[in-house]
Amino acid sequence: MRNISLPFPFRKKGPGKAAGFEEKADEQVYVASQWQLMWWKFRKHRMAMVGGVIVILLYIMAAFVEIIAPYNPETQDARYAYRPPTKIHFVDRAGRFYITPFFYGTHSERDLETLSLRFSEDYQKIYPLRFFVRGDEYRLWGLIPMDIHLFGSPDPEARFFLMGADKQGRDMFSRIVYGSRISMSVGLLGVVLSFLLGIIIGGVSGYYGGTVDTIIQRVIEFLRSIPTIPLWMSLSAALPANWPPVRMYFGITIILSLIGWTGLARVVRGRFLALREEDFVMAAKISGSSESRIIFRHMVPSFFSHIIAALTLSVPEMILSETSLSFLGLGLRYPAISWGVLLQDAQNIRAVASAPWLMLPGAAVVLAVLALNFLGDGLRDAADPYGR
Amino acid sequence: MIQMPVQTTPTAKETGRPVLLDVRNLQKYFPIRTGVFQHVTGSVKAVDNISFAIYEGETLGLVGESGCGKTTAGRCVLRGIEPTGGEILYRKPTGETVDLAQLDKKALAPLRRDLQMIFQDPYSSLNPRWTLLDIVGEPLLVNHIASGKEIEDRVADLLKRVGLRPEYMRRYPHAFSGGERQRVGIARALATRPRLVVADEPVSALDVSVRAQTLNLLQDLQSEFQLTYLFISHDLSVVEHICDRVAVMYLGKIVEMAETEALYTNPLHPYTEALMSAAPKTDPDIKPNRIVLEGEVPNPANPPSGCYFHPRCRYAVERCKLEAPVFEEVKPGHFTACHRARELTLRGIPSAD
Amino acid sequence: MEEQTLTTTPTQEQSGGPKLLVEIENLKTYFKLDEGLVKAVDGVTFDIYRGETLGIVGESGCGKSITARSILQIIDPPGKIVEGSIRYHRAKGTQEQVIDIAQIKPNSPLMRSIRGEEMAMIFQEPMTSLSPVYTIGNQIIEAIQLHRKMTKQEARNEAIDLLRKVGIANPEQRVDEYPHQLSGGMRQRAMIAMALSCHPRLLLADEPTTALDVTTQSQILELMLELKREMGMAIVMITHDLGVVAEMAQRVVVMYLGRAVEVADVRSLFHDPKHPYTQGLMQSVPKIGRKTRERLQPIKGMVPNPYNRPKGCLFHPRCPQCIPGKCDLLEPPTVNLPGGRAVSCWLYEGSGQS
Repeated sequence: MRNISLPFPFRKKGPGKAAGFEEKADEQVYVASQWQLMWWKFRKHRMAMVGGVIVILLYIMAAFVEIIAPYNPETQDARYAYRPPTKIHFVDRAGRFYITPFFYGTHSERDLETLSLRFSEDYQKIYPLRFFVRGDEYRLWGLIPMDIHLFGSPDPEARFFLMGADKQGRDMFSRIVYGSRISMSVGLLGVVLSFLLGIIIGGVSGYYGGTVDTIIQRVIEFLRSIPTIPLWMSLSAALPANWPPVRMYFGITIILSLIGWTGLARVVRGRFLALREEDFVMAAKISGSSESRIIFRHMVPSFFSHIIAALTLSVPEMILSETSLSFLGLGLRYPAISWGVLLQDAQNIRAVASAPWLMLPGAAVVLAVLALNFLGDGLRDAADPYGR
Repeated sequence: MIQMPVQTTPTAKETGRPVLLDVRNLQKYFPIRTGVFQHVTGSVKAVDNISFAIYEGETLGLVGESGCGKTTAGRCVLRGIEPTGGEILYRKPTGETVDLAQLDKKALAPLRRDLQMIFQDPYSSLNPRWTLLDIVGEPLLVNHIASGKEIEDRVADLLKRVGLRPEYMRRYPHAFSGGERQRVGIARALATRPRLVVADEPVSALDVSVRAQTLNLLQDLQSEFQLTYLFISHDLSVVEHICDRVAVMYLGKIVEMAETEALYTNPLHPYTEALMSAAPKTDPDIKPNRIVLEGEVPNPANPPSGCYFHPRCRYAVERCKLEAPVFEEVKPGHFTACHRARELTLRGIPSAD
Repeated sequence: MEEQTLTTTPTQEQSGGPKLLVEIENLKTYFKLDEGLVKAVDGVTFDIYRGETLGIVGESGCGKSITARSILQIIDPPGKIVEGSIRYHRAKGTQEQVIDIAQIKPNSPLMRSIRGEEMAMIFQEPMTSLSPVYTIGNQIIEAIQLHRKMTKQEARNEAIDLLRKVGIANPEQRVDEYPHQLSGGMRQRAMIAMALSCHPRLLLADEPTTALDVTTQSQILELMLELKREMGMAIVMITHDLGVVAEMAQRVVVMYLGRAVEVADVRSLFHDPKHPYTQGLMQSVPKIGRKTRERLQPIKGMVPNPYNRPKGCLFHPRCPQCIPGKCDLLEPPTVNLPGGRAVSCWLYEGSGQS
């Protein structure tokens, strides 16, 4: 039994600090609640911090898609079909440096053999990029009419495509930004529903044990052994195809959470079973605490941090599920925009070969999933700051 | 076994004090489940028909090795776990006796304040996410003894009594060492001014130098709060030091019970004799004349026939294999369950003085 | 037991006094952690003689385990031996070779041949040395074959013999069983068998019976003494239990917070302890057989935080005989007293030879 009273790794001072400073630092640790200890431990996990920052940025983006995207997702222009990504310059051809980034106009010509358009930069037309420009009109969150975009070209004739254009000449970057709203939030809604189902069912299973537990566990195992893709296909096919996108969206979310709750339920059940044996639970019982008090004041706070970690780790699963479903055509469909729907355009090998930027929505998925996984890893490692 | 009528309260002959807790035929069986559908095939008799009485103000020791059932017995007595059978007769301050084993949750609730427990592991017995104020204050809160500011005052007072500074109540358990945490556990147990405290190996997890402080504290608190202790331990030297009477358990049964000195110097049961000879003596001059027991502790799911101890007993005869001995008073105040108790002369611990 | 009646150092097979096996001088093993430097062992000096039972006694954090691990060079990083010497007197035939273990690399062939063959260790938790995925027979055979030239069949017979010797019934059957099939006491015996498979000259036992029931502990201690008598090996018994020390050890080293505060033969230590810490320990432990039920005399205060070690004598904040101005500033010297005793305390300055 180590006689060090503070759990690793909270001693932050080096060997040379003054005694008074040490005492203050100690006191902070002594009265630190579990959330504080968790945060300190989490901070040490650099990848998790990076992941966390990225996740926060992604959700901010998802909240303000209309402002962040330079163009509306449906703004088309056939003149720019499959245009490669616009290069953004800071130095012009004469070697002059400009603080404001700019881009050149597009010059297109049709290749007579393949009949596809070939694009090159038109050095005669220089268009600067500015922040907060007026552009396509939109309704923020479907409510407030605005037309300010975070950045763009003040000249409406000047079109730029940070991530290239698709077949209809729509800006891929704007579409990817718009796609984040649905892709990132499907994860959240699905997870909240799974959370409720998982906690209740897992909690009942773990707290009561015995036959109840056995039955529930067998059901969970049965559900988990069903192959996912055929299951999605059948559930999704059960949804009427003529539903409007929003309803479809909620339908998909509910489907995902009806299957996804099992993972969380097992985590909750495991924690309950472990906690039941803890001495402090027995102590509370002998002190005279009621069962509900024991559950909600003793046991739930003990595993709450684990739940948060488990939830964070299940969001990427949801995102990947929705992306896969929509990619296969079983999930959301046009005119809804999610990364999975965008990837449908990438199903055509020949199109992708000549316009590889069509796969960039996949990169967005990868980024989001990685960031969430790192964040979840960090949370999970920090979840039990008491190091036992 | 002593037959005692339920309604009257017997008194101890020597001390004149009444019985506080009278445990009769206590049983705790754990079912063994096998197979896909987990049906019950047998049971582990963790506590197998034990009877003992605790007199008010005394410290009764419950000793035994791992698997003997002492911890389970302690928890059953407080209804921390549900006994499978038997009676737990508790004498309330009014003089009335109730059977704790029969009470439903509602009837049991007001009695909880009288019966508390100190746990072995100072690291798992305190909720790491609660402050000391919450931990020590909880018994006061759930028993409606105090609320609000008064809880703070009482907790401050309790912390002082166990030798901790009252301002520590804002801190969390991770700020404290094992010995200090154990004091918090003691403060919690005493918060409601209980009459009976079950101390389950309270010093086993502590460092040697901290043990002395904690044992002294327990003794001081006993006289200050007029407590009765059921002291569970496997450490014979600690038990000898703090207990007035001792009961020895083996495989779920009590094999011997007597006053401390009598048990240690003149044991009547061969298992007690083996325990005494095995306990390390802290005097290098005492030649360890060990009685080394053969074999291992049997599987509690499959105990031997007759007397549970017979396979390892040097004095076993045929009868021991066939017939379970009766737990009876062989000498005044000295109980044992052994067919040959009256004929054997067993070796105890020579006094070191 | 006859060997217990010694007042000085133990006798050996040869006449001419005790033979040194390991000389530890000023050993320092430090751990560099994020939080700071932990001086787990901070200048420990004592000797181990051939064939004796030496007890190392102390509470948690005193460094007794780390000392033993330093001797075998099995310290986990970030721990390192930073100073001091561990001079091992290795007998090669009639010649003796002195090797300073502290200077050898932990994984060098030399160290690996010493470890396991000439020195072995057993632990509190047998599952630290027994792998759960191999039978105990396999593990013992592996240990044997690493150090001795034997065929698999010969090694297997040797393993069965060893299991029988350590008191495991039906060794021919048990040799093919896995550790989880054995009880705690049997696992401990299996671990002892593995440690003894190459007839080491030194057995380090780190709290080998702390996790066992008292009757099982009795069996294991008895076994260890028997094997020691038979094989003539030295045992270093590390424990916090004074009773075990009293029964097993011939000489004792008392450690506190990384330093050795007292070295003495066991009778002197118990009947006439010199260092205030030893005295405090003796008074604070309930002794079985003592009929008086007087209060125990605890040592005041607590073991300090290892990151926050006191200046001067490490024990001074808790010492009832602390000399202000001296004990709180300067580290006490080690004073050698007659009878092979040593104390690290300012109270004895000038009583012996430093």
